[in-house]
Order: sequence, then structure tokens, then C-alpha cells
Amino acid sequence: MFRNQYDTDVTTWSPAGRLFQVEYAMEAVKQGSAAVGLRSKTHVVLVCVGKANSEFSSHQKKIFKVDDHIGVAIAGLTADGRVLSLHMRSECIHYKFLYDSPLPVGRLVVQLADKAQVCTQRSWTRPYGVGLLVAGLDETGPHLYQNCPSGNYFEYQAFAIGARSQAAKTYLERKFETFPECSRNELIRHGIISVKEALAEGKLNGSNCNVAVVGIGEAFNTLDSKAVQQIIDSLEDRADEPPVDVAPVEGEQGAVQDDTDQAAAPMET
Amino acid sequence: MLAAAQKDEKKDQALKNLVGHPQTGRDCPFTLLNSPISHTQYPYVTGTSVLGIKYKDGVLLASDMGGSYGSTLRYKSVQRLKPIGKHTLLGAGGEISDFQEIVRYLDELILYDNMWDDGNSLGPKEVHNYLNRLMYNRRNKFNPLWNTLVLGGVKNGQKYLGTVNMIGVHYEENHVATGFGNHLARPIFRDEWHEDMTFEEGVKLLEKCMLVLLYRDRSAVNKLQIAKITEEGATISEPYAIKTHWELEAFKNPATGAVGSW
Repeated sequence: MFRNQYDTDVTTWSPAGRLFQVEYAMEAVKQGSAAVGLRSKTHVVLVCVGKANSEFSSHQKKIFKVDDHIGVAIAGLTADGRVLSLHMRSECIHYKFLYDSPLPVGRLVVQLADKAQVCTQRSWTRPYGVGLLVAGLDETGPHLYQNCPSGNYFEYQAFAIGARSQAAKTYLERKFETFPECSRNELIRHGIISVKEALAEGKLNGSNCNVAVVGIGEAFNTLDSKAVQQIIDSLEDRADEPPVDVAPVEGEQGAVQDDTDQAAAPMET
Repeated sequence: MLAAAQKDEKKDQALKNLVGHPQTGRDCPFTLLNSPISHTQYPYVTGTSVLGIKYKDGVLLASDMGGSYGSTLRYKSVQRLKPIGKHTLLGAGGEISDFQEIVRYLDELILYDNMWDDGNSLGPKEVHNYLNRLMYNRRNKFNPLWNTLVLGGVKNGQKYLGTVNMIGVHYEENHVATGFGNHLARPIFRDEWHEDMTFEEGVKLLEKCMLVLLYRDRSAVNKLQIAKITEEGATISEPYAIKTHWELEAFKNPATGAVGSW
């Protein structure tokens, strides 16, 4: 990453029309461990790798239940993620109090995006350094959204964020067309396999792999670590998935170029 | 944010010529800063009963078009039934100006809901809950909206009929009424209402109750409207009158029973 004279303030544009502080915030997301989300016609699944500080410590909590029908997986600055989850919970509960009805996911995501945008336009606050995968269900069906520090949001059939997420995305790109028709368990399996691709070292097990599901007739819940371990074991038994060719990861880190680069700023796509 | 709170903020802006009390922050004329706060109102122009029943295709509401000014039947073309968005109908008894204010709040609520344009919409249950919050909140501030509201609607095939009043009491039922309707119409509903009535049966039942109210409620006027809400939408009928009968024997010679000593 190249430092330059336009990156001190979030309120300073670069001559190429970029806000470097916002782009650096998005880099923070890429430093976090991987989080994957995928959606079928009836369910949405979130799978994450939770890093542990040391052998003695617990694994990072990356999935938060926001309401019975919405949950979120974070990548990046965990503290920011926690604060945003609290805000989302507050919004959901407020809507429930006013209307006795669950807050539609799309509306929550837009509110969140607007909140993130505020931080890109004030000199006294920094952008949030966390990317969110919001999984939820409302009357228009199951949804998966990604929220960026830039204040952008996108809806996805399947997506991955965080470190080595490109590897996970490669797997998802191969398989995503089958997702709409997948059953709940198949979807979870696909999620765990794709997250395996994003694991640098060590093995995936019930403790460092968090899985959560929400769907029609199923409130948002995080799977028990034993249940996750069982699925991981069953994946190893099944030899039907050939090893995935991991795509080269160089394109992912250091994406922020200096001003002379003509490529579109990441947030503009 | 509660749309009502936003409205209050705008009202505050408009009251700039009034002084804010340093402790309570209350806006009032300077001369009244140190007098006790009193908000409790009295209704001025009021509507009488509203009736509501569920039927096969949705919900039917009925009310007359009277606006009484105390004991005077002052206004005779007050529409007390209003459609709210695609899925709901609202009827009100009580202070007419407060009803108009409520309709304004709801129109704004529905507008913002429509502006999302995302396939989600507020149904009758949500509107009912919102109104309950609104009414209860005002009651807690000792500044009620002096109404009893009937809310009916259909969404995704689900029929909904409920009521909220000025102190925040709210419930859902198959048949509801406000004011005198509770005493005169509900007993008839309890006897004669049944599940899946046809439109004609429903209208006949409502007209029967409106007739009783016309005879016995002094604030009733003989100009009524029936509103219908189904999955397709809301329709409010043109105003019409119902036939009343006064050819009773007792009315022919009213002085017969009045024996006096002078």
C-alpha cells in the first residue's frame, strides 16, 4: 500500500476522485478472517473461521444474532462489528415494538449503509473497519447482503469476505447456480467446504468453525460445535469433492494503488 | 423513528414565538410559564359509532356521516371511514379533528413505506400496532387523541379487524364497534354474526345495527356509508339513507297516555 498526501483525512479527496481513508478501512476488512454467506430459495447460511489469540483463548465470535429472522457475520475490526450488531438489534427491536412485525432485512441493510456513509463524510469520525454479511428472512424471501465500510451494500446469492476470501469465492463461483435448489444441509455443507478453502493453516473443526442458519420455518440460530464437527467429519468421509484448485491470492492484498493508477476505486463498482 | 415524534419536532419549530420553560422545556405563552400544566381536552366535534365485521372476502365497516357539536347535529357530511394504503381501512368515533390528524400521520407512514419500493409493505396488523403506540403514548402525556378507532384490512389472505381507543386499550375481534355501537350493535353481532358471511349478508347485518343506532342514539344521522376491504383493495360506498318507520300506534296519538290534572 502506498502512502500519499491525500490519505490523512477521510474528508480529503484525492485528485483521482478517491477517498483513501475509506479504502484503507476496506483493507481492514480484508485482514479479518474469512466469513462466507450463501442463500437458497428457503435458507441462508453463514459460515466463519474464528481465529483464537492463543491456544488458551476462546475463538473469535464472528456471528451475531440480530433478531429471530436476521443474523450477521463480521470480518475486520471485531469491536466495530459488535457495536454495529448492537445497533442492528436495537433497530429490529424498535421496529417490532412499533409494528409488531419483523423488520424487513433490506431496510435494515440500507439503514446500516447510511450509518456507515456518515462516517465517510465527517472529519471527526473514522469509517467503520468491519465488513458485514447480513443474512435474513422477510416476507419477500431469504436474503444475503454485504455491507461495506464505504456505505455500499449489495445483495448476493453467495459471497465471502475477509482473508483469502478469493479462494472461497472461487469455490462458490463453481457451485452457486445449484444453491437456489439446495436443501438446508447441502447449503451448510457447501458453506463449510468453501470456508475450508480460505483456511491458511490448521484444520477446520467444531471450535474454530462457526455456522449459523436462518430460513423459512427456522429462526436464526448458531449450530452447536458438536454438530459442526459432525458435518466436517462427514465431509472428510465423502471423497466425492475433488480437491479445489486454489486460485492465486496475490490480487487480493495491497489492492490500494497510488493515485496514478487508472483502475476504478473499489467502492465504485 | 416514530413519525409522530418527527411531527412533534415540526410543530415545535412552528411554535417559535412561544417561550420554552427552563426546567420542563414546555412551550407556552410567557404569561403561563409558571401555571400548572394541563393538557386534558374535551372533544368538540364528535362522530358517533363505527361498526366493523369480518366476512368471507375481507372486512366491512359502517358509520354514519354525522359530526355533532355537543348536542347539536352540526355537520352531516363528515367522512369517518378512510382507506390507509392498499391493505387497510380506518374508521373513527370521537373528536373529528384528532381523526384527521391520525389520518395525516398514517398517510405519511404509508408514504415512507411505499418509498422503500422493496416489495415489503405495512399490513393492517402493523398499522394497528403503530396506532396503539401512538394513542398510548399521547395518553401517557395526558394529551390524548380523543378517538376510538376501528381498523380493518386484508393482507396475503389474512383478514384483520381490531380497535384502539384513546387510552390505548386495543384488541382484535371478528366484530367490533365504538361508542353506542358497543351496547346496541355488539349484542346483535354476537347473535347473528357467523364465519364467512357473504357480502350481502354482511351489509344486511350492518344496516340492521345502524337502524337500531339511528332510532336510539341521539347523535346518529340518517346518512351512512359502508366500506369494504378485500385483497383487491378498499371501496367506500356513496352515502345513503336507510328507511325508518314511525307509524307506531303510540306515535299516532301521543297525548293518549298523558293524563294530567290541569
